[in-house]
Amino acid sequence: MKKILISLITVFISLIVMFLVIQNMPGDPVDMMAQDIVKNEHLEYELAYQRAKSILNYDPDEPLVNRFSKYVKGIVTGNLGTSMSYKKDVIDIVMGALPWTLLVVSISLLLSFIIGVLLGIYIAWKRKKGLNTALIIYQSIFGAIPNYVVGYLLVIVFAVTLGWLPSRGPYSSNVTPGFNGAFIGDMLKHAILPVLAYFTTTVAGWIISMKANSLSVLGEDYITYAQVRGLPRRRILIKYLGKNAMLPMITILAVNFGLMFGGSPLIENLFLYPGVGYYLNIAIARRDFPLMQGMFLMIIIMVVLSSFIAELLYKILNPRLREG
Amino acid sequence: MAKEMNSVKYKLNRGDGIKGFFRAIWKNKMSRIGLIILIFFLLMAIFGPMILQDPKSDYAHRLQPASWKHPLGLDYAGKDILVQLVLGSRDVLLVAFYAAFFAIAFACIVGIVSGLFGGKVDAILMLVSNVVLTIPSFPVTMILSMVLKVDNQLTFGLVLSLWSWAGLAKAIRAQVLGIKHKEFIEASRILGISKFRIITNDIIPNIISYIAVNFIAIMKGAILASVGLMYLGLVPFKGNHWGMMIQLSMSSTGALIGSSSIVYFLAPVVNLILFQLGSYLFATGLDEALNPRLRT
Repeated sequence: MKKILISLITVFISLIVMFLVIQNMPGDPVDMMAQDIVKNEHLEYELAYQRAKSILNYDPDEPLVNRFSKYVKGIVTGNLGTSMSYKKDVIDIVMGALPWTLLVVSISLLLSFIIGVLLGIYIAWKRKKGLNTALIIYQSIFGAIPNYVVGYLLVIVFAVTLGWLPSRGPYSSNVTPGFNGAFIGDMLKHAILPVLAYFTTTVAGWIISMKANSLSVLGEDYITYAQVRGLPRRRILIKYLGKNAMLPMITILAVNFGLMFGGSPLIENLFLYPGVGYYLNIAIARRDFPLMQGMFLMIIIMVVLSSFIAELLYKILNPRLREG
Repeated sequence: MAKEMNSVKYKLNRGDGIKGFFRAIWKNKMSRIGLIILIFFLLMAIFGPMILQDPKSDYAHRLQPASWKHPLGLDYAGKDILVQLVLGSRDVLLVAFYAAFFAIAFACIVGIVSGLFGGKVDAILMLVSNVVLTIPSFPVTMILSMVLKVDNQLTFGLVLSLWSWAGLAKAIRAQVLGIKHKEFIEASRILGISKFRIITNDIIPNIISYIAVNFIAIMKGAILASVGLMYLGLVPFKGNHWGMMIQLSMSSTGALIGSSSIVYFLAPVVNLILFQLGSYLFATGLDEALNPRLRT
């Protein structure tokens, strides 16, 4: 209960911070739109300005406090305002963007986590020097290249040169969205390259931290004791080593989930994938304040929620924490 | 060497400390290779711009392949790629250095004050840190780069640092709490030495190795973030920067397919990898050299 309260306070303060930062961005969106109207319809500037204000439903002359209270009221009632550039409710855009980001981020995170955990244990258990060196070389290369550059290279190889996979968008125009096989297959096909771009750049990090955890667990007395007792190797690997080395990584998993949500502008921009990051990028470029705030609200909620879930999971998996 | 490490660490002769430090780095194969790579980039960043001039656009000779005169060829505007790469190294390193410097400074101030003073100050500072940690840094940095006009290395570094100190601040706070009640700090306090002197003389020397490792880590992150911001076209940065080269190679020449502009794309990417590799090896070795517990 206390945890929920702290999470809510954090969300609220984060929102104030983001609100203040966004409101201090240079560039007046009303002015930008008014200029457009003057150019296109040859109206007088004063008139055009008034009109832009009513179209955007945003008044820069209103005191900051009023704007903020309006904003908070909107969040509580689920009304995030109208997007300036899309002329649509922000909440609709946010809800439309969320599933796409969730799809790509969760698949790639789970994939790299599972493979990282398995390979990490393997390398720690077998202690093969060659494999370890290969891992370090891989990590220094793919940990250093930004994921969108990897994505770009993947597009060149798999979309342009080989022509196997689509390079942009969430699905093709010739399938009808809905719960049918053709659509789901097409959607998954479009997700492969973004997922691969995330996966190749993060998997080595998982292997390395799992390896380090496993090595420290291997030094514990209960492993030696289990070996002396002659327990089957599989049992030691899974029950003793795997579980104990994996526990601390659950927290990192949650943190990374949030981090990937934050890093999505780059990948989604490259693949023209209409997720949270893609719209955030557009909102910033067009000074679309309501849309920007909406996307930030989503990002913050996802981060807080995932760390909350991680804590619950940690408690369930770690019996020592369950009591008391 | 072993004797030095085993003896109590908090009052080392300064000269001996530095000598021992470098000896430890040199002894470790990983940090030695990393150090050599980093020195190479440092020399390039310092002396490159002294020797070379900013290349001029020459559209008559655009996209030329490598030759003796232009070892990496010319880009889409007829500029020498190698020259841009060398000139860019200074901007890349300066931006990253400023970012790391500011971030470490913020983290040290927040972490040390929080850990040392405790109470309400601690509670407020940790609340701020938690808020900063809650909002992912890259989207915030995107907006901050619009709020603060980025047009030189200093402002760029500042923007990158504004949202990247919180995790380190919490770690430093934990370290301070760990040594706060050690005898030598208690002794200083009883002797009536000011808090400022305690911080500079007793606390900072004890966490300096930790800070050194993090300095490199933050520089690494700052380079990736700076390249990312440029890729999105959010930073109207004047000068040469590898991020600018990557962005231009992807946007202006678009098709890398079969054209010689692939060099223009790969050159900064390969340099990024090399630099990050150097930092990684150096930091890993540094960790081992400074942290006797990690040595086996």
